[in-house]
Amino acid sequence: METALDILSWILMTSGGLFVLIGGIGALRLPNIYTRMHAASLTDTMASILVLSGIMLQAGLSLATIKLLAILVFLLLTGPTASYAIANAALLSGMRPDAKEAKADNTKTESQA
Amino acid sequence: MIVVVFGVFLLTMLVVTAVAVVRTENLFVAVMLMSIFSLLMAANFFILDAADVALTEAAIGAGITTVIFLGALALTAQSEQAAVSPKGRFAALAVVTVLAMVMIWATFDKPRLGDPDAPVHQHVAPWYLEQTPELIGIPNVVTAVLGTFRGYDTLGEVFVVFAACIGVLFVLSAGGIRDRSKEADAESIGLKHHLIPKVVGRLLVPFIVLFGLYVQFHGEYGPGGGFQAGAIIATGVILYALLEGETNALRALPRRVLLGMVVGGALLYTLVGVAGILLGGNFLDYSVLASNPVVGQQIGIILIEAGVGITVCGSLLSIFHAFAAREAS
Repeated sequence: METALDILSWILMTSGGLFVLIGGIGALRLPNIYTRMHAASLTDTMASILVLSGIMLQAGLSLATIKLLAILVFLLLTGPTASYAIANAALLSGMRPDAKEAKADNTKTESQA
Repeated sequence: MIVVVFGVFLLTMLVVTAVAVVRTENLFVAVMLMSIFSLLMAANFFILDAADVALTEAAIGAGITTVIFLGALALTAQSEQAAVSPKGRFAALAVVTVLAMVMIWATFDKPRLGDPDAPVHQHVAPWYLEQTPELIGIPNVVTAVLGTFRGYDTLGEVFVVFAACIGVLFVLSAGGIRDRSKEADAESIGLKHHLIPKVVGRLLVPFIVLFGLYVQFHGEYGPGGGFQAGAIIATGVILYALLEGETNALRALPRRVLLGMVVGGALLYTLVGVAGILLGGNFLDYSVLASNPVVGQQIGIILIEAGVGITVCGSLLSIFHAFAAREAS
């Protein structure tokens, strides 16, 4: 039982770390701010669920689990809201959510630089 | 071992962030990087087992100062002025190099990290650790040192916060304060049209304030105390101001009340000290506040922590509103 829980929690935490890694690669490699945010925010939410439930399995039924649950609820509420705020700020500052145009913009700024 | 690896990683990230802050010319980016710097610093303090300092750094460094810096940026420019002449640059480089060499040289005399025989751990610290359960009767030695053993220092800190707040208010009110009541402009309504941040923010504000109160009143048992609690409660009110507009926040907590908090907190701290004299003890000696000296110490700590929290919260909010009320030049 103990070993099964350990293995399960390690699987959860490792896959959570994998999600963070994928999000990081996406945030570095994708062409414009909206796609980058898409990569970072979605994987981040998934990763926080996975990693925190992995740690919760390690902690067992204790006060720590309740605290972790509170942190998870907080992250699930604030993470997507922050992503919304960033996307909204980008839209207000005049970035169009158009992949083709963004690519053209990107190459333009790159050639300028 | 894993702690050492993590610590080295955090310190490396700190250096990288610091270099990035210096290199960037966009001040907005610099403010965001400073926030990350503070967060890394807080994590660093935490793995060195200084939870109280970590909490302060996270709340003030990463939270409030970012908002105040952004308020200052809204009044000034987004990007840095052109760099000084090459001559000035070489002079700066020379000064920095010499200072860095001196500091590196000084570290050779420094005791190893966490060495129990280091002079700093052999001076008064063992006495504090030994006597706190007996004299004060609270589990958090940091709060005991801060509140009673070094009560004078903390009183001084509170008056520094008080003086800094008054100074900032003087400087910022020099150009005249914009009258917000006359103009119902788009800025002052906050994020009213954005449903998602508004709903989530409204949900979070009470919990942030509640957590602040927990940190305030749990300071004797766990990490926390007046400084951290004041900053956390101020964060909650600033979030409210960002969501509902500054006018509504000022309606809930008017400037007069905030100034009263700044003065009242410092006054409460001082009065606790004076009460000690009147009851036959020394200034800031809480033992005489109750018939049992240990209970008296605990009452004293709760009162002065409340004073610290009230002053810090009032100062941070006053400074925030002072920045928000200024007209961009």
